[in-house]
Amino acid sequence: MKRQLVELAHARSGDKGDTANVGLIAKKAKDYPLLVKQVTAARVARHFRGMITGPVERFELPNLHALNFLLHGALDGGGTISLKTDAQGKVFSTALLRMEIEVKR
Amino acid sequence: MSARPATVRVAGGQGFWGDWLEAPYRQVTGGPVDYLMMDYLAEVTMSILQKQKSRDATRGYATDFVDQMERILPTLVERGIKVTANAGGVNPRACAMAVADVARRLGLARKLTIGVVSGDDLLGRLDGLIARGHDLQNLDTGRPLHDVRDRVLSANVYLGAAPVVEALQRGAQVVITGRVTDTGLTLGPLMHAFGWPRDAWDRIAAGTVAGHIIECGAQASGGNCLSDWKTIPNLAAVGYPIVEARADGTFDLIKHPGTGGRIDVAGVTEQLVYEMGDPRGYITPDGVADFTTIQLSQVGKDRVRVSGVRGKPATDKLKVSIAYFYGYKAIGTLVYAWPDALEKARAADRILRQRLDALGLKFEAILSEFVGANATHGPLALQDIDAAAIPEVQLRVGVRSPDKAAVDRFTREIAPLILNGPPSVTGFAGGRPKPEEVVAYWPALIDKKMVEPSVELIEA
Repeated sequence: MKRQLVELAHARSGDKGDTANVGLIAKKAKDYPLLVKQVTAARVARHFRGMITGPVERFELPNLHALNFLLHGALDGGGTISLKTDAQGKVFSTALLRMEIEVKR
Repeated sequence: MSARPATVRVAGGQGFWGDWLEAPYRQVTGGPVDYLMMDYLAEVTMSILQKQKSRDATRGYATDFVDQMERILPTLVERGIKVTANAGGVNPRACAMAVADVARRLGLARKLTIGVVSGDDLLGRLDGLIARGHDLQNLDTGRPLHDVRDRVLSANVYLGAAPVVEALQRGAQVVITGRVTDTGLTLGPLMHAFGWPRDAWDRIAAGTVAGHIIECGAQASGGNCLSDWKTIPNLAAVGYPIVEARADGTFDLIKHPGTGGRIDVAGVTEQLVYEMGDPRGYITPDGVADFTTIQLSQVGKDRVRVSGVRGKPATDKLKVSIAYFYGYKAIGTLVYAWPDALEKARAADRILRQRLDALGLKFEAILSEFVGANATHGPLALQDIDAAAIPEVQLRVGVRSPDKAAVDRFTREIAPLILNGPPSVTGFAGGRPKPEEVVAYWPALIDKKMVEPSVELIEA
């Protein structure tokens, strides 16, 4: 069945220039492999289609049961240049938590 | 040399210039601490301070810091608590003189030694560096600084912990720096207190991780924490985080007893991934930390142990943060009410854009957001809801241009929409938006050997 990431994970995001990062953290260690398998860089790039202009990179932190995503071209130039409300990418975190993944019953 | 302590406590006091004014006082009075670390500098801050200094040579630092010192200096002196702060901005010496004045006024003359760390300011050296072949390429675009040289407002290299350690070793109780890394303000005290050598890469990495965790203040102790946020107790009296470190590089994250907030593995993990790039290579002037080696465990209530941190040698480069004038921007807003709030706001946006077009105004960017509908989550937010039922929407339109006149004309096109655009509109009490100067940020690298940090001591 499908479950929304917000039920399985929490997240925090920030910025570096025009790149937003999203750290996605499994609430329970046992769910981390599910995130690794399904929340791929390609899937995240599709999720944020229309919101970012560059590629998505993914890094694994198994020690923290976390994935780190870099969303390039997410911030309309970033920092002081950006016209966005979320110029510093603070809430890309919860936008990712809207994604649904497949979970065995 | 005095005996090494078993543990050293470094308290986070400010996560940015503008953070909670109560936090430093609470950190130094709420329980035992050895050091108070305060971070004041964001990238844009340096250019603002440089502008202030160009108008008045005695300015160019974080003035709030001096007010904080006035409040806590008696406690610092009485308890022997040391301070590291990058409040010096582009004028750390003037900041130190202001703190020395405060100390004398408080009757602490000859009781306070202030360390001043400088050498980070490259603004006066840029042409010489460029002439000698350091073209300070933009790390994102690869362009040489020459492209924007005549618009540069500030240029500061990120110094590491080394000059902070030197200031402490020479007896400074308050260390005021220019552009020292946030993490260096925590690592420096640990290197000094435990006598860590500069090539103890694992311990350097551990101290860097400690600094990363507390550099954003309460973001490590329950603030802005998504994990079970509704159950985080008493954020009104949130306790800011404290690193309790041991000589082997392991440390506990704690906060003072009786304070609000929460220190747990989930919250510390959130702060660890904040502003994270490649977790295997967190690069600072002091070394490279591998965040995939960090082990966290909850060893008590509001106590998280951090261990296992591995590091690698420092690179031979330093990062330079350059600010330059980019152009102008302005943001205008109007609020539309139910029924059809979003549809009305969208109609107003279309009309506004038609008028800007008809005026022949050229912008580098026009961005329209509908706050209440899609400003934070974009198209993802509108997938599963009945858009017509949204009770209210703020239309928020921003423009950016090198042409100030175009931006200025834009600011005059918002208010007319109240009477000559779609209905049920309000929220214009703030008046016409103001064009703002945009200062952009140019990240670059420079060879470490080109930079010589300097440390000066000032007696109050």
